[in-house]
Parts: sequence; C-alpha cells; structure tokens
Amino acid sequence: MDALTAARWQMEVSLSFHMIFAAVGMAMPFMMLMAEGRWLRTGDPAALQLAKTWAKVTAVLFAIGAISGTALSFELGLLWPTFMVFAGPMIGLAFALEAYAFFIEAIFLGLYLYGWDRLRPSVHWLCGWPVALSGTASGILVVSANGWMQGPVGFTLGPDGMPTEVDPLAALFNPAWGLMATHSTLSTYQAVGFAAAGTYARALLRRGRPERGAYNRLAVTIALMLGGSTALIQPLVGDLLARRAHEAQPAKLAAMEAQFRTERGAPLRIGGWPDPESMQTSWVIEIPSGLSLLATQDPQGEVLGLEAFPRDEWPETRVVHPAFQVMVGAGFTMLGVAVWYWLARWRDHRHGLDWTRRGWLLRALIISGPLGFIALEAGWIVTEVGRQPWVVYGVMRTRDAVTPVTAVGASLAGFAVLYGALAITLVWLLSRLAASEQEPASGEYGARHAPL
Amino acid sequence: MEPDTLPSEALPHLAGLVALLSVLAYAVLGGADFGGGTWDLFASGPRADEHRAAIGRAMGPVWEANHVWLIFLIIILFTGFPAAFGFLSIALYWPFHLVLAGIALRGAAFVFRAHGQAATGWTTGWGWVFGAASVITPLLLGACLAAVSSGELRLEARAPAPIAPLAWLSPLALIMGPLALSICSYLAAVYLTLETGGEVREDFRRRALGAWVVAGILSIGTLFLTYAEAPHLWAELTGPRAGPIVAVGILLAPASAVSLLQGRFSLARILATGQVLLLLLGWAIAQWPYLVYPDLTLVNSAAPPATLSALLWTVPFGMLLLVPALWFLFAVFKGRNETGGR
Repeated sequence: MDALTAARWQMEVSLSFHMIFAAVGMAMPFMMLMAEGRWLRTGDPAALQLAKTWAKVTAVLFAIGAISGTALSFELGLLWPTFMVFAGPMIGLAFALEAYAFFIEAIFLGLYLYGWDRLRPSVHWLCGWPVALSGTASGILVVSANGWMQGPVGFTLGPDGMPTEVDPLAALFNPAWGLMATHSTLSTYQAVGFAAAGTYARALLRRGRPERGAYNRLAVTIALMLGGSTALIQPLVGDLLARRAHEAQPAKLAAMEAQFRTERGAPLRIGGWPDPESMQTSWVIEIPSGLSLLATQDPQGEVLGLEAFPRDEWPETRVVHPAFQVMVGAGFTMLGVAVWYWLARWRDHRHGLDWTRRGWLLRALIISGPLGFIALEAGWIVTEVGRQPWVVYGVMRTRDAVTPVTAVGASLAGFAVLYGALAITLVWLLSRLAASEQEPASGEYGARHAPL
Repeated sequence: MEPDTLPSEALPHLAGLVALLSVLAYAVLGGADFGGGTWDLFASGPRADEHRAAIGRAMGPVWEANHVWLIFLIIILFTGFPAAFGFLSIALYWPFHLVLAGIALRGAAFVFRAHGQAATGWTTGWGWVFGAASVITPLLLGACLAAVSSGELRLEARAPAPIAPLAWLSPLALIMGPLALSICSYLAAVYLTLETGGEVREDFRRRALGAWVVAGILSIGTLFLTYAEAPHLWAELTGPRAGPIVAVGILLAPASAVSLLQGRFSLARILATGQVLLLLLGWAIAQWPYLVYPDLTLVNSAAPPATLSALLWTVPFGMLLLVPALWFLFAVFKGRNETGGR
C-alpha cells in the first residue's frame, strides 16, 4: 500500500472513530441535564438514576473522544505535514478556540462526574451546563477548519506556493462554516438522541421489568426531544448545504448526485450505481428535473456534471453518491419515525392510552437507533471524499500533502487494531452497563463512593 | 490586532512563551497523572489496593483537564510554528504515534476501570494497561524533548524529506526518557502524600524518596551526557542565562526531600513542583530561541504575524474563562487536605 492510500485510510479510521465519541460528547450532556433538571423539579427518582447513568456513559465516551481527538490533532501533521505547514496559520485559530472550549468541558465534566456528593444539587446541575455548551461550541469551532478546507479564504497564494497576506479571522469565519456547523451539530444531537431512544425502546418492548417502565419511558422521551426535533430541521439545513455545494463545490454536488453530464432539467437520482467509465448510472430511480429544482430553484436550471471538470479532479462518485443516498435515506427514515412517534404520543395522550403499548412504534425506534450515526458517518464521507482530490479545495491536492514517511501502512495497521480493540471493549462495557442498569435499583452508582 | 505596537520579532517569542507555559503546566499536572499510573502498575505490598484506590480518586476528576495542556501545546505549535510542527511530524513520526497509542490506552483503561468496575467486575486487566501505558508515554515524551535539543534531527534542504526513522533515538533521548518517567513518578508520589493518610501516606513518602534518588541520579547522568553529546546545550545550561535557574532547581531538590522526611507534605509539594518547573525552565532557556536545534528557531518557523497576533489575543480572554474554572475544579477536589485517612 502506498503512503497516500495508507494515510487516507488512517485518517478515515481515526476520523470516523472520533466522530462517534465527539457526537456523544456534544449531545449526551444535554440529555443528562434534562434528566437531572427533571429530578430537581419533580424529585422523580427515575430521572435522577437516568442522569447518573447517562453521566457515566458520558464519562467513558467523552474520554475516548478526548484521546481520539488528541490523536487527530497530531495526525493532521503526522499524515499531512505539508498541508499543516500551509494551513496551520489559517485553521489554527479555530483549533485554539476549540481548545479553550474543550478545556472548559473537561474541567466541568470532572466537577459533574465526581461532584455528586460534593456540590449542592443545584450547583451540580449548573456545572453540567458548561459541559454541554462548550461541548457543542468545540464541535462548532472545529468544523470551521473543515469549512476552510472546503472553501479556503483569508490568504493569497504567494509565488512559492505558500500563503501570504494571511487573515486568520477571515479564515475562521469562512463562508462554508455556518451551514456546515449547523448541519454537523444537529447531526450529533440526532445521532445520539436516536441511539438512546432505540436502546430504551428495546427495554420497553421486552417488558422484562415492569418497574423499570417509567425509567425507560422517560429515557425515550428525553432522547427524542433532542433527536426527534433535530430530525425535523435537518433536511432543511441539508437542502441549503446542497445549494451551497452547487455554487461553491459543483464537482462535489455532481459526484453526490451521480451527475456526469452538464444539463438543464437535471433529474434527481435516487439510489443506483454510477459508472465513471461509461458515465451512466444503473438501477437508478430518476425524478425528472428534480436536481435542477433543488439546486437552482428552477426546473430548467443548469447543473454542472463531472464532465465539466478535468478527469483527475473528479471525486470518487462510486463512494460519494452511495454515501449521500445512505445519509438522505437515513435522514428521511428518522424524520418519518419522529413524526410517527409524536403523532402517537399526541393521540395516546388525548385518549389516556399508554404509548409504550405500541409495539410497532417501539420496533421502528429500535431499527432507527443506529440510523443517526450511520447518517453522520455517511455525511462526513460525502464531505471529505467529495472534496477529493483536494485537501484544500482548489489549492492543494491531497497527494501533495502526504508525509514522506514510507511505512504509513504500519501506523495504519496499529491504529486500526487499537481502535478496533477499543470499540469492541466499549460495546461490551456499554452492554454490561445497560444490563446492570435494568436490574433492580441497588444504588450501584453509589458503590463507587463507598468508603475507600 | 495591533501588530505595530510590538516589533514583529517579539510575536514568535511571545507565542513561544505561551507554548512553554503549556509545557510546564503539562509537566507538573499531566506528568503527575502518568506518575500515578506508574505507581498503580507497581503497587505492591499489603496496601496495594488502597494505593490504587487513592490514585484513582486523585486522578479521576482532573486528569482530562490536565491532559488538555498537551493539546494546547500541539495547537500552538501548528498554528504559531507550522514549519516546526511539520518537521517534527516527520522526524518524530514513530515516537509520536507511540505516544498517541500510550495516551489512548492510558485514558481508555482508566475510565473503563473507574466506571466499568461495578458493571463488569473486571479491573486487573485494565489496571495493567493503564499502568503500562502510563510508563511508556513519559518515556517517549522525555525522549522527544531530548530529540529537539540534541541536534540529531536535521532539516534537509528540500523539505519535506524523509528522515531516518530512528534519528530521534539519541543517547540523550535514552536517558531523558527515564528521567521524565522518574520525575513524573516523584511528583505523583509527593502529591499523593497530601491525598492519603496513615500507612498509605507513609508508603507514598517512601516511594517519593525512592523516585527522588532515581531522578537525581538520572539528572546527573543527563547533565554529563549533554557535556559529551550536546556541548551546545551543556554550554547554555551552565551559562549565565540558564545556569542560575538550573542551580536553584538543583538546590530545591534536597530541600524537597528534607521536607518529605520531616513530614511537611504541603511544603514538599511546593518545593517538588518548583524544582521541576525550574529545571524545565532552565532547559527551555538553554534551548531558546531554538524549537529544533540547530535548524528551526522560533523566528524562522513562525507563522505570519497576523496569525501569531490572533493566537496571542485568545490567551487573555481564554484564561479569563479557564483560570476561575480551574481554580474551582482544584478547590473542590484538591483544596481539602484529605489526611483523615478516610
């Protein structure tokens, strides 16, 4: 395996691993706060236990997010030193601000996790807010760096190929940032909300321990307050982003939509397998003029196809198009399930019925459980593979940024094994945690504070 | 942004100072967490479980905040000194990867043990991983610090060029790795005397004194080795700029050991921290203005002034948020002297 391929794979492994935990670190604290807030208001013991369980899950997953994020900040240079020498002065400010936010998050998470017995309940709850807010802030800030890679601004290219007249604030507030950050922040809430809802819907469906009903029900309610509401807004933001791609990164849009030819009245292609050689997409459902309408608000609007770009500047549409289909499909499924859930809650509330008796709704929630994370990962694949062959769009090619170190395959293998082992361990640990929390309440959380 | 108020030469030096402060904070805070993990690995005797419990209790609330100083350092490096970051990313490709693996395994194993114990009943394996990773990481970080001072890493005329994968592994690195580990262990044991009581405290006092002896021997060895292997560093360390600071740092060493022997643990903590800070500061002054001796300096690897200026402006505002938050964290968990022998 050549260094470029290995480096790209190592980045892919590291990023897709980190995304999951970054998302949890952004979204889970809000759910934890909603649960603890309910306990403070109503004294509901199920709410307190839920807050404590979610705090524990946050503790473990935040730590994995922190270490994999540390790895990424090193790997940017380890794998792409030329890119970082070029881009560091522009994207560094976003990372620096993110570091402050992350610092605040880590400090208050320490207070929150270990402060149950040391802080007054209201102070403890307030300590959760900096965790949630700075978690989201750090996610938003770091996306600025990625936005800059999609639409680099804030410099002029010098004769030696290095940036001059650097304006780090212009780079920070790059035009791609706002929409991307909105989309990615919502995606984390959606992913974590649906994953949690699916987990507790499974417990509700089993009905193994009826005394846990209130607990599981509250969990689904809170999870879908976060995940369900974002599922409604997300398609609108996604639409705006696709329009932006039409203007700013037309090659990416063409790869997303398997649009080989430049045409007016371009159809929206659903599914299908694009073939760059024949420039045909097989097994596809086409909605006439759909893409032109979405991208240009005009059914006869012109959409650039991949043919408008040199062959060596085509993103790999066989990755980007399917990933885009997966993301959109998952998004609309979650939207449907969220609407179903709220209609069911509303109807059952009016008729005094118990919504948790609806087995099919619970099954739909279980099936939707992983969809948010699948959509999140697929969306980042669209963003990142869709930007290729550029690492800095239009300015620096990925192959020119890669490290001169030759044995990148070895570090890739090492990281794949490391993250694979961590993932397996985590799945096991979380399933043990889930199993133990469905057992009768024994104050097991308090066990950690037993006299030492 | 008022780039005119400072000579442009000053900006890289100021950014270098911020980087140095991150190194110092990471050394005495994050370093102690690695030391804690080391004592966890080597916990033995009838009170081994109590040692581990004390270490877990001491690290739990603060280790992630302590870890952020390293992230700060990296970000300052790639934002403010991109050329040096790019060069080190190539030259230290393997040690950095191993450091990352160590950081990942240390953190993961620690939280798995802390939060998964009740649910899984499995602690020994994670404890072992936590301890082993806590030993390996400071060894490598110490070696990396040596590598940027020793003069073994040379910038090729046409960067980015491949660099021999083991160029960083100089004799100086081979001794500064263990030195870093022994200093981390020393700090951790001293701090732990303040968070334990009774016989456990006695155990940590003994361990602190043991680590003190080892660190002392390795420090002397390092000094002699710089004389032989890195004469430029020796000249600076003993010169008029760094010499006095190094001397005070060396003088604090017996003072911290004596206060440990006398059982004045709070004083010992101050002296031990001060000793490590001064020795590192002495090293930094000796290294100044080089980031990687002898090719990369603060000035020749610096980012454009606009970036440095923006980066520096974040510091006062960021610290306005961070300092009170950090104070609160340490006041809640480290303020009380937990000598009650709970």
